[in-house]
Amino acid sequence: MSDQELDLRSLSDEDLVAQMHDDLYDGLDNEIDDGTHILLERGWSATDVLEKALVEGMRIVGIDFRDGILFVPEVLLAAKAMKAGMAILRPLLAETGAQQIGTVVIGTVKGDIHDIGKNLVAMMLEGAGFEVHNLGINTDADSFIQALDEHKPDILGMSALLTTTMPYMKVVIDTMIEKGIRDEYIVLVGGAPLNEEFGTAIGADAYCRDAAVAADTAKRMVMEKRAAAASN
Amino acid sequence: MQPQPRTDPRPSVLVIGCGAIAREMLEVVAANGLDNVRVECLPAILHNSPERITPAVRERLERATGYDKVFIAYADCGTGGRLQALAAEFDVEMLEGAHCYQFFAGQRAFEEIAEAEIGTLYLTDYLARHFDRFVWKGLGLDRYPELLGDYFGNYTKVLYLAQTEDPERTAQAREAADRLGLAFERRFVGYGELEPALLTISSESHAHIRTQRPREEKNA
Repeated sequence: MSDQELDLRSLSDEDLVAQMHDDLYDGLDNEIDDGTHILLERGWSATDVLEKALVEGMRIVGIDFRDGILFVPEVLLAAKAMKAGMAILRPLLAETGAQQIGTVVIGTVKGDIHDIGKNLVAMMLEGAGFEVHNLGINTDADSFIQALDEHKPDILGMSALLTTTMPYMKVVIDTMIEKGIRDEYIVLVGGAPLNEEFGTAIGADAYCRDAAVAADTAKRMVMEKRAAAASN
Repeated sequence: MQPQPRTDPRPSVLVIGCGAIAREMLEVVAANGLDNVRVECLPAILHNSPERITPAVRERLERATGYDKVFIAYADCGTGGRLQALAAEFDVEMLEGAHCYQFFAGQRAFEEIAEAEIGTLYLTDYLARHFDRFVWKGLGLDRYPELLGDYFGNYTKVLYLAQTEDPERTAQAREAADRLGLAFERRFVGYGELEPALLTISSESHAHIRTQRPREEKNA
């Protein structure tokens, strides 16, 4: 370690978490790896590290991306850094049986190979406490339906980057309607060329502008659906 | 000396276009003697943040007074239909397709190309010429080369849809493919649907001059 480098172990918990927010912002995956280990060694639960250090850090990144202060490359680096922390926490969360908020099946629609945004959403959903089944790219309606049958998720998430592929989301929703299963799921859509009107027009439950909004929307809609079910 | 008959120096057609196809539009205008067409371009770099395209075109449309016809020389360009809605609002026409490479290749031909290999990155003459600034630096790969796989890991090849027969341009496109670690293919497509679109809008121009306004204002 050079004299210029900060000794993360010398920091208090509060300062270390603040430093991890900065390190996430700067996309420093090694530092996030170290910080995650240090907090765990100090007796923090995996859930606390996830929520207070990683998710909160990414929330700040998301705000600055939305406001045009950060751009896609910086967000990607931040996401890679968060991924480093998640790799440490994931087995611990599974081991401790941390309560899942819900389950999500997510994929990029048929004809589209773009997955940066979708993977970011998947990671934020996982960080928010969802079990995420990521179907990858170029996913057709049959594959989506099959995954719904298999995983029985609360949410179906679909992503598209191209104007030419975003109409396929409606194909998937129409297939769900045909099979009589549309109302069993919350359908969230996102992607650069989409907007609120498009989401409404194709029959989605919500359009999510970015990964942070997707995570917030997913939590809110799952809670609302469960509350409505409980009151009936 | 006999006095010369006066001609109206003002063009009657305004084409608001993308800077990425400026050279091609000016070439079509010059080659076909479209003297009644004025081409004005917005910065090509708007493509790196497509949400800025529609407001920029709107701003220019609102100032487009004194023309018989106005045409938007953009495809959808990642605006998710917003540009199409703007064109309808102002009652003006625009180019068809998702991106410039689609109208250069032709709609049907492009659909076949895209269907045959979805992992294709398309380059035009402009993108080949400005690959470093527009794509490489635009995506931050000059600063963070480790992101190459994140951006292009799902791509398999670069298809250069050439507007011109230019060995230097082809070499640039090939070099771009090499930098991305992708296979390279070239097809000459020329100006595709751009030329007939500009010829049509030029021929539809009328003598009278009117002010471009949103449709509802016109109908009021």
